[in-house]
Amino acid sequence: MTWVPLWTDALLYLLLAALAALALYARRQEHLRRPWRRVVRSRVAMVSLVVLAAFSAIGLLDSLHFRAPDSGEVLSLFDRLATPLRTHMEKTYSAPFATHLYSREWLVVEGRRVWTHPRLRYGGAHLRDPAEKWPDIARTAAIGALKGLVVWSGAFLAVALARRGRPSRDFPWKTVAATVAVLSIGGFAVAGLSLKYHVLGTDKVGEDVLYQSLKSIRTGLVLGTLTTLVMLPFAIALGVLAGYFRGWVDDVIQYLYTTLNSIPGVLLIAAAILMLQVYMATHAESFTNVAVRADLRLFFLCLILGVTSWTGLCRLLRAETLKLREMEYVQAARALGVSHGRILVCHIVPNLFHIVLISVVLDFSSLVLAEAVLAYVNIGVDPTTYSWGNMINSARLELAREPVVWWTLAAAFLFMFSFVLAANLFADVVRDAFDPRRAEESG
Amino acid sequence: MTAYLLRRLLNAVPILIGVNLITFVLFFVVNPPDAMARMQLGQKYVTQEAIEQWKHDHGYDLPLLYNERAEGTARFTRTIFFQKSVNLFLFRFGRSDSGRDIGADIRQRMWPSLAIAVPTLVLGLAVNITCALLLVFFRRTYLEWSGLALCVGLMSISALFYIIAGQYLFGKLMKLVPISGYDTGLAALKFLILPVTVGVVSGIGSGVRWYRTLFLEEIEKDYVRTARAKGLSEPRVLFGHVFQNALIPILTGVVTILPLLFMGNLLMESFFSIPGLGSYTIEAIQRQDFAIVRAMVFLGSVLYIAGLILTDISYTLVDPRVRLQ
Repeated sequence: MTWVPLWTDALLYLLLAALAALALYARRQEHLRRPWRRVVRSRVAMVSLVVLAAFSAIGLLDSLHFRAPDSGEVLSLFDRLATPLRTHMEKTYSAPFATHLYSREWLVVEGRRVWTHPRLRYGGAHLRDPAEKWPDIARTAAIGALKGLVVWSGAFLAVALARRGRPSRDFPWKTVAATVAVLSIGGFAVAGLSLKYHVLGTDKVGEDVLYQSLKSIRTGLVLGTLTTLVMLPFAIALGVLAGYFRGWVDDVIQYLYTTLNSIPGVLLIAAAILMLQVYMATHAESFTNVAVRADLRLFFLCLILGVTSWTGLCRLLRAETLKLREMEYVQAARALGVSHGRILVCHIVPNLFHIVLISVVLDFSSLVLAEAVLAYVNIGVDPTTYSWGNMINSARLELAREPVVWWTLAAAFLFMFSFVLAANLFADVVRDAFDPRRAEESG
Repeated sequence: MTAYLLRRLLNAVPILIGVNLITFVLFFVVNPPDAMARMQLGQKYVTQEAIEQWKHDHGYDLPLLYNERAEGTARFTRTIFFQKSVNLFLFRFGRSDSGRDIGADIRQRMWPSLAIAVPTLVLGLAVNITCALLLVFFRRTYLEWSGLALCVGLMSISALFYIIAGQYLFGKLMKLVPISGYDTGLAALKFLILPVTVGVVSGIGSGVRWYRTLFLEEIEKDYVRTARAKGLSEPRVLFGHVFQNALIPILTGVVTILPLLFMGNLLMESFFSIPGLGSYTIEAIQRQDFAIVRAMVFLGSVLYIAGLILTDISYTLVDPRVRLQ
């Protein structure tokens, strides 16, 4: 088993490390700790954080790639864990929890040719009589839920013992414990069921929709976070320089972002993606691996989305810097002969931190949503990459079928909605806590 | 004022040149003229002469950015970039690579775009502002809390789902309106209802929250306290004073997007197959029709800059404190 580090994997873990470092740094700064304490006290924030953490855990597991020793495929750790889901391929569409295929075929039953729905290869294949399906589902779900409950109570006891004797402060323990309980009981129940059935049905080529939805989490996570990572250095550096030095520096930077801003974003993205495709076609020999190629396109999409989206934050930071540079403490620093570099690093940038944080958390969900739209115009992630946008795109035409194939669309909706909703709710609380005006307002 | 406007207009020129250069470089790095000719003429059975002929006919037989063989300023003017850009600045869009008149196409396709964008904007504004004012009126009650929660929920749904759900529910199940298409004159009305509704509904979540913050900001100010102290009822304070004063930020927000309405809504137009400028651009991207894409990008940036200038003017009109110099 050899590891295959993909670009986005490496960057994702780098980002995780940076976040951890930032958290350690913020712990020691009182002015940063205060707003975070407000976030931690909020019940909504903690519930959405738990949900986001569950999504991220799946995404991160899916970001550890290795080459499978037997088949030579590039797989992720998550693929390994979800192997039954990945390999249980049916012939074509089947409804959630179905035991029979969605379409009919000619079958030979007791010597006669019949036009009927054949049994599925995996979904409910262990049942002797398909009529026993629902009691079996209930039993499997109950066993799974029980396992979840056991795991949860173990974790709960461990945390309770570890925290014994310490005051709980304002942390909403009960809410967090309840959310974790729901997630783990539900998760285990679904996991148990997914071994025997296709919980969310299968798609046109018979692939399990639950597996696709789970794999799509990584794409959403990568787009939402890496794009920000790409754009932040530009936005901060240029915004601060323009606001602090004014004059021709300001003119050049303003010219730069007005020009980029006046090009419709979709066009810029389309052109860049076309460029990448042409490059890959002419350098086909270095992109023999499908996974590497798809990953490069994902990374490139992050880059280009970052290029189109730094202008807004840059403008905000420029305006704020214009204000900050006139503040007394900056004037005083300048009068004392502190160098420009030091003033920027020690006095200006730390005071812009709340704006950066707010815009980062607010942008996250819009980036995840943007991916779906781009997939529709065929300039999103690679068609072979699992993403909610690609799922929606392929499921759109299925609505015209009679009877309707609704489950792919429903699954994409369910996952995307809960992911973006959690991100939005969390972003709201963070914004309220960090925005100085709002922080005063509600105490 | 006149001097200010003149300066702004002159400032626009380098920006437009920059935009032009970026699109030019992006598309020609991808697609050199030879490849374009091959694509337009069909991949197979193309002779080198046919390619040269096509390039000559469409004016692509010059160097891209710098002409080594020419003298003096002609080194820069006898290039594809210059030849193709000058006409854009004069709003002569010329012919697309497939031979259609772009100017005529734009004039024809602009109306469907407007027909869908203007009602969406107006209705959207009306709905969003009303809801936002109601939320502010019922502030610190469960009504506000649940309204806000609903907004976050609506915001978290991808625009694609609104479109798909709308088409499925009203078009396919209830058969109230056609799913997609377009017609001329009043007959277009039934094709417009659904896209406009979907457009308004999909914008409610973020719109209401945005206007609510505007109103809340206004409501903290001193004149509101004075109005309350005078004994005005809460609805009078809210709908009379606060609403009127919040009009300034609302107006500036609207003015910026007014010119962009011409460009239409890319997504809506291609989903509902409305022959507007948005779907025109998408089709051009997919066909890699360079002339159309450049014309649309140029038009888009002209309108964007016009929007910025209009915003400044509208500031002076609604707020006497602002003076342009």
